[in-house]
Amino acid sequence: MKATDISNPEYFHKVVDCQYACPAHTPVPEYIRLIGQRRYSDAYMVNWESNVFPGVLGRTCDRPCEPACRRGRVDEEPVAICRLKRVAADHKDDANIATRLPAIPAKKNGKRIALIGAGPASLTVARDLMPLGYEIDLYDENAKAGGFMRSQIPSFRLPEEVLDQEVGYVLDMGVTQVFNTRVNSLREILDKQYDAVFVGTGAPKGKDLKIPGREAADANVHIGINWLESVAFEHTENIGKKVVIVGGGNTAMDCCRTAKRIGGEEVTVTVRSTYEAMKASPWEKDDTLAEGIPILANHSPREFIVEDGKLVAMTFNVVESSYDENGKRTITETGEIVTVECTDAIMAIGQDNAFPWIERDLGIEFGDWDMPVVDKHSFQSTNQKVFFGGDAAFGPENIITAVAHGHQAAISMDLFLSGKSVHDDRPAPGTNLVSTKMGIHEWAYDSQVIDDDRQASAHLPVEQALSSRKIESELGFSPEIAFTEAERCLNCDVQTVFVEEKCIECDGCTDICPTNCITFTENDEEENLRHKLNAPSNNKEQDLYVSYGLPTGRVMVKDEDVCLHCGLCAERCPTSAWDMQKYLYTVTKAGNQPAPILVEQAGRRTKQEEAA
Amino acid sequence: MSFYKPSFRHPDSPTNALGLTRKAYEGGISTLCAGCGHDSISAAIIQAVWGLNIEPHRVAKMSGIGCSSKSPNYFLNKAHGFNSVHGRMPSVTTGANVANRDLLYIGVSGDGDTASIGMGQFAHVIRRNLNMTYIVENNGCYGLTKGQDSATADEGTQSKKGKINPFEAIDLVALALELGATFVARSFSGDKQQLVPLLKAAMSHKGFALIDIVSPCVTFNNHPGSTKSYDYTREHVEAGAVVDFVPMAQEITLDQIQGSTQNVTLHNGDSVQLSKLSDNYDPTDRVRAIQTLHEHKAKDRLLTGLIYLEPESENFHDILNIPDTPLNQLDQTTLCPGSDALAQINQGLK
Repeated sequence: MKATDISNPEYFHKVVDCQYACPAHTPVPEYIRLIGQRRYSDAYMVNWESNVFPGVLGRTCDRPCEPACRRGRVDEEPVAICRLKRVAADHKDDANIATRLPAIPAKKNGKRIALIGAGPASLTVARDLMPLGYEIDLYDENAKAGGFMRSQIPSFRLPEEVLDQEVGYVLDMGVTQVFNTRVNSLREILDKQYDAVFVGTGAPKGKDLKIPGREAADANVHIGINWLESVAFEHTENIGKKVVIVGGGNTAMDCCRTAKRIGGEEVTVTVRSTYEAMKASPWEKDDTLAEGIPILANHSPREFIVEDGKLVAMTFNVVESSYDENGKRTITETGEIVTVECTDAIMAIGQDNAFPWIERDLGIEFGDWDMPVVDKHSFQSTNQKVFFGGDAAFGPENIITAVAHGHQAAISMDLFLSGKSVHDDRPAPGTNLVSTKMGIHEWAYDSQVIDDDRQASAHLPVEQALSSRKIESELGFSPEIAFTEAERCLNCDVQTVFVEEKCIECDGCTDICPTNCITFTENDEEENLRHKLNAPSNNKEQDLYVSYGLPTGRVMVKDEDVCLHCGLCAERCPTSAWDMQKYLYTVTKAGNQPAPILVEQAGRRTKQEEAA
Repeated sequence: MSFYKPSFRHPDSPTNALGLTRKAYEGGISTLCAGCGHDSISAAIIQAVWGLNIEPHRVAKMSGIGCSSKSPNYFLNKAHGFNSVHGRMPSVTTGANVANRDLLYIGVSGDGDTASIGMGQFAHVIRRNLNMTYIVENNGCYGLTKGQDSATADEGTQSKKGKINPFEAIDLVALALELGATFVARSFSGDKQQLVPLLKAAMSHKGFALIDIVSPCVTFNNHPGSTKSYDYTREHVEAGAVVDFVPMAQEITLDQIQGSTQNVTLHNGDSVQLSKLSDNYDPTDRVRAIQTLHEHKAKDRLLTGLIYLEPESENFHDILNIPDTPLNQLDQTTLCPGSDALAQINQGLK
């Protein structure tokens, strides 16, 4: 194998599994360490710079980081990254945060931008472009900004104050709020002579179920996302006593738990897949079961039963899932039919994009499934002035993906409006690699790996939680529990950096490494090299760090897979050929806005945090 | 500073025939200097004992005083151990071995502990062919007392401060061959590919097995002018007979075939597969082994590998006719059969 080029910013980025997996590439270990030091405001700002909604995401994120977490490969469970993020938001010092938000120039740059839909993608664009002097009009059909974060996520999971605060940070930058205004024509917007338009309208159309009885039962059949929105805006205040939810995603979990809070006594979730294959996040399934809501797996909806014009039950075919060797699923009916009594049924079986309001003669090309053709990197449509992001760009994803889109779209819009290429002039990521060495065996991070299990977040007692749809059911981590959980982080951003010239091949590192990551051997092709290592090297997604040739003709090969970043290799190295160096990778934002590395220097806890 | 090793290991760590991963064979975290050759030897011992499927508690680690003699603390912390008096490890091991012949005795000593204060004990334990593996972690200096030349430092070698050693060195391998040792090997801490099979063979040998291991002292004896440094050793090392240890049940495959090969079956049916640099070399011929050793020395080469092996020798227990059952397991009536038995014996002597 060729020697690894560690000057490539993506090499060490990939070693930080959580950050690499995060669509917005939030520097996770960086803020977890700050939480461990009780520097909550600093931790919050590291997050805010990267993902704009730390308090929201700390409660609702889909957590692509957690399955990627290296700890999950050596321990039973990964670090509770999401809940730690919430700790930063819960314990931050609001006054301190207010002083650290970007300054907004009083003198504008003369460019006007319209953002359609006030969800996470548009708000991120606004957050990135307002400090650059753009004038921004934000359109939304509702009275308040937040988009699906407000309309679809129930308040018992995301309290309104949390959302209001974080949406407020962006709106307070001076965004012109054009709310209670549904945009029914993109042409009308374009006619207002905006310099650029961003479409962040999400995927607003909930799917319906076409089975017998659907029309007759219409009065008591609800579309999940519409129903949640109607509850959120208090147009719907109650539901019948027996509620059936059809669907197994997170929307289904939100629907059933909401129903249970506004009148549903017997709420049942039905899903066609197996329990394991459900799309809902495992923790949401756990919370659902904890509230006494059964989940009936392998139930495929068959018919709505209507008596005297009223919905009385739904019938289901019991099915079986089988998988072929390629993992392709086949669902077959067993012949058994199950009837579930119900007064109401909620369809939570997915959502689609809908662009009836975009005229098809505006130069915006539409492709498969009537989706706009959007460039994957620049988020520009075929009409140069019009950009897309969030669910509106490539279909339903999640908040953190929408934020990532927003940052990239903002870069494109700024480049486009500065007369630069949205492809060639994109900024490089910010990187910083600095030694953590403080003494012979001392490091500027907690290198020792603790054995504690993943900490659980406290919940309200179920009866209390179910008493109102506005009481947050999960209480979050206390500072003490947060500290333990933060210490579970393996500090994967503290990189093992190897300098060939210093190595005397004493084997000290090889001998001490708890997970046998390091091998000195003759070089070979990757496939063969993986077989020559001191420990099995089966995780091909993880890179091998290969050195240049050493005096004995061998190379150092480190399998990044289960490195604990404990620093023992560097501690046992007599010549400092190994060093533990902290790598900070930041996604550069529009206008090359400074990366959160500044936060590190801002350091120090505030007085309030000190007192706490 | 780390005072303990994280408890996590590679999730796919291989297990031996006992179902144990190497973790079960580890010891405490080393307090020796970073880069010390002794730590590599500890790691090699862990690999060897794990690979031989020996239960950790069936091993006794014996040592004297010195950096080397601290090192048993850093491997096999489930094994028995005795950190004895300076240079007296052989006699303590002899006592322990007599009391319980069923354990595997691994003596770890250094060049000071063996070639200076312990020289007499070393000579006699060889003579007696005690069933043990005697490891010398040989760095040519007294690392624990600031690096003075030891008795194995070569003549003309330069200390870290620039002083030239005026005295002739003791070659422990040559000495052991003269004294009739039945397993003699030399190795280098920086070459586990050679060291681990040698350790396995030594531990499987019934009788006294010496492995003299050049183990550089990174702090006091790893500079130009030293003949026990990593660089010097790598440049001057020559493997006389590369060993592959083959358990009885396993097919013989030697992956490092150089020159010709030779198979030597050990006492317990396991075998040592040798690949040799030259046809003339026969590690079962003591005279030729001594000759080859001196030839290499004359050419300023360090002969390593298995230098001499006598697979079927009478060890200490055989010579003294010690019963097969360890003495510590014999009950009182067996040990002290009573007046009638004594009378019978006396009768027989009349």
